[in-house]
Amino acid sequence: MKTNLKLRVQALGDPTRMAIFERLERGPLAVGEIARDLPVTRSAVSQHLKVLKDVGLVTSQRAANRQIYRIDADGVAGLRDYFDRFWQESLQSFKHAAEKSFKEKSR
Amino acid sequence: MNAITAVPSVRHTITVEAPREHAFEVFTRGIDTWWFRDHSIGTEPLKEVVMESCEGGRVFERGIYGAECDWGCVLVWEPPARLVVAWQIGGDWQFDPDLAHASEYEVRFIEETPERTRVEFEHRHFERHGDAGQNIRDQVEKGWSKLLAAYAASAKTA
Repeated sequence: MKTNLKLRVQALGDPTRMAIFERLERGPLAVGEIARDLPVTRSAVSQHLKVLKDVGLVTSQRAANRQIYRIDADGVAGLRDYFDRFWQESLQSFKHAAEKSFKEKSR
Repeated sequence: MNAITAVPSVRHTITVEAPREHAFEVFTRGIDTWWFRDHSIGTEPLKEVVMESCEGGRVFERGIYGAECDWGCVLVWEPPARLVVAWQIGGDWQFDPDLAHASEYEVRFIEETPERTRVEFEHRHFERHGDAGQNIRDQVEKGWSKLLAAYAASAKTA
């Protein structure tokens, strides 16, 4: 399943990134605020945020000279969309297989 | 940890130009004929997908060297009308035997004409993949559960 979903799950497989993600679930924060209560450097936090951003879990916005990070609601909502698409495509495939085999059977 | 709210179901309806007995048969015993080959979680390349045709039957994939990897099990087996299957793949893309952590999909086969079947599909209870009762290590490992929980929270506030 080479999908965005898998990349997101992998991104959250790292405990520090999960901790960052959990902090952002409570509300938007700047890098310094996230780094303050984590046992990692500010630049490490920035690296992790970049990964979360690349897979569409986190988004950022410039405000008062600071970069503010927040959870990307569209990215998170994409999870259900993933299953929606997954089943839509699979059910089409099922329909074709059922109709083809029925035609062959009744020939 | 926040309470996990329900995640909306995924629903689809399709019409199949075949009798419902045939549609049910292809969906279940014939699952390997329509399942996309890249939707696989086993360590070996996928050889076949199997749905055992009885209540409690396993749904699993078999690799080209014979290794079996469970996906879920049949909860309701009512041919040719209805089928409910537990989706037991957790956030780490591994099989989770605990049914309390499983979502499920239901498929209903409704006869429109003797040779046309309406198939109503629902995949529901995604929130069960995130269980509030687990320890923290479990939570960290279950990225998917966290995602689902976060999605549930965002869906609630949206």
